[in-house]
Amino acid sequence: MNLAGTITLAHGSGGRAMHQLVDNLIRQTFTNPLLEEGEDQARIPLAELVAQGDRLAFTTDSYVVTPLEFPGGNIGTLAINGTVNDLAVGGAKPLYLSCGFIIEEGLPLETFARILQSMRLAADEAGVQIVTGDTKVVQRGGADKLFINTAGVGVIPAGFNPSAGGAQVGDVVIVNGWLGDHGAAILNARGDLALEADIESDCAPLNALVEAMFAVCPDIHCLRDATRGGLATVLNEFAERSNVDMVLKEEFLPIRTPVRGMCEILGLDPLYLANEGKLVAVVPITAAQAVLAAMQRIPEGYHACIIGAVMEGDGHVILQTAFGGERIVDMLPGEQLPRIC
Amino acid sequence: MKYMDEFRDPATAKKLVEEIKRLAPIARGQRDMPLQIMEFCGGHTHTLFKYGIESMLPADIEMVHGPGCPVCVLPMARVDDCVVIAEQPGVIFTTFGDAMRVPGTCKSLLQAKADGCDVRMVYSPMDALAIARKNPDRDVVFFALGFETTMPSTALTLLQAHREGLKNFSLFCNHITTPATMRAILTDPDLRLDGFLAPGHVSMVIGAHPYDFVTRDYRKPLVITGFEPLDILQALWMLVKQFAEGRCEVENQYARIVPEAGNVEGLKAIAEVYETREHSEFRGLGNIGDAGIQIRETYAAYDAERKFKLQAAASTHDPEHLKCADVLRGVMKPWECPAFAKTCNPQNPLGALMVSPEGSCAAYYAYGKLAKRKENT
Repeated sequence: MNLAGTITLAHGSGGRAMHQLVDNLIRQTFTNPLLEEGEDQARIPLAELVAQGDRLAFTTDSYVVTPLEFPGGNIGTLAINGTVNDLAVGGAKPLYLSCGFIIEEGLPLETFARILQSMRLAADEAGVQIVTGDTKVVQRGGADKLFINTAGVGVIPAGFNPSAGGAQVGDVVIVNGWLGDHGAAILNARGDLALEADIESDCAPLNALVEAMFAVCPDIHCLRDATRGGLATVLNEFAERSNVDMVLKEEFLPIRTPVRGMCEILGLDPLYLANEGKLVAVVPITAAQAVLAAMQRIPEGYHACIIGAVMEGDGHVILQTAFGGERIVDMLPGEQLPRIC
Repeated sequence: MKYMDEFRDPATAKKLVEEIKRLAPIARGQRDMPLQIMEFCGGHTHTLFKYGIESMLPADIEMVHGPGCPVCVLPMARVDDCVVIAEQPGVIFTTFGDAMRVPGTCKSLLQAKADGCDVRMVYSPMDALAIARKNPDRDVVFFALGFETTMPSTALTLLQAHREGLKNFSLFCNHITTPATMRAILTDPDLRLDGFLAPGHVSMVIGAHPYDFVTRDYRKPLVITGFEPLDILQALWMLVKQFAEGRCEVENQYARIVPEAGNVEGLKAIAEVYETREHSEFRGLGNIGDAGIQIRETYAAYDAERKFKLQAAASTHDPEHLKCADVLRGVMKPWECPAFAKTCNPQNPLGALMVSPEGSCAAYYAYGKLAKRKENT
């Protein structure tokens, strides 16, 4: 398909232009047998699913981000990895995704094609297929360039049952690496800070990592990906739902120097910055070393480490500062806003 | 991280705390209550809480959190003015991030934005100027807020706009000055303070001498202090040492940044653009003479107040049951306010002290839970 020009309302009209866009660009990029059946729905054989586990995991997420493309990824890689990760942290093996596009007229076709291509690559890397989808085009101002929704299904093997309420006193808290990279990369990519920081989004699929973790410890108590709201928000959910305290040691927290520097300048807390390739696991202390070792063998877990422990308490996240004091890491009332001075 | 970690070294902190503990009883002397030290600046309050410093101090010292948080002392009527300006057709209203959530009598800037006003968060007044250049058919207003720390940058931005002949840029000036605010606290009949930690970044601009009156006229020792946790501990050590040795001086702990005479270029720009207001209202503190700042007649064209012909807003008082004023003046602790953590909390802040993370109520809201938990165990 000729990629000169932009997407117009005609591409969403249901006519020839739309068929060209869907058949010659989207379907061709995502191609796989289920999609090629060309029906209004993907028809997934049940037997294959049943063979892999005893529960179906089903999730959906919508993706909006400014700018569309940023160091380390774009809205498309987010849309694949985000939904893959939402399935994976439930213990599920992610299998099939749907994909809905809402496009603002005027989006360059070339940009759209580039995003589709990276979605295909991300799907291949995660081992999932995009089997059904939808495309709408709205007038200028009706959306901000491109919104993507993906829903995903996966199968949970029998016996895996991590839950936010599962943390027990004595458990340890593990993350798989550097915190806050995605949030910092997006802030930086918006360009209005004029900082010369070299920060890439950590956008990555976590299903291989999770599979390796469950292989050595089927009894992972809590598991979540730390996306919006960052590590602090996930741990607050664990603490509240499990009615325990999560106690973190500041010097254990893996935060890259440029991210730390940016947070210092802006008065932000990296614990609340978004991640797109980070998970938080609460595991029994007896399994901690085995889980860590398994994680560190997978690229997404090279920098995995223990950051704290679960203690008796009434649902708080407490940070023991490197300086020698203690403070509560609460949920934020709203968006983090930079300080005046 | 260089230039950061060396100011957060736990071993040095321990030594300083030991020295403070040794000197504190001598410094306290015959006082029937602990030494009352006010950290004037919200930045210092933030550091105290972020590093848990208060939990490291001896019982002879009590920190009193001052009014040095620009969004905390901003009267609701001024937020209302912001909203009025933002609602004018063609206006792009630009502001620092943390001013967006401050409640007005009717709404905050964040709510005004949701209602369709073009309110944009910027990181510097120069960003607002860039928006003005890019949008010649729109009126770009920057919400100039803060103590002397932010005044040079807003003054220089205005002068730059003037040089470029930009007609669509103006400042909504709500600057306030530190020494005048400190004088208002010192003249309060309820005052129980013994000494001050003064904000280092303010002195980076104004130097050390504007505080001379604090020691000379009011006999309160004062230490100009940096913002890292070790800065604060060292300044507290310097302060208790002054008490113990019977001295009363303006000392400069932040000498690595603060020159005795301040920032001459910055002061020149401030003097060129700004003059003191006769009266200005502070939230919780009422009217303070000579503490407010306005734009000089020469630059009236860049003054949003004149440009949009704002009526002098009627004084808006906080509801009777909110004790923001007493907390700001240091005569009441946040948790003694009847609204604290009940009707007033970070999700639904009634007073500005609950809005900014530098406000003492917001800080206590988080920290208080930790203290309570410790009491229970």
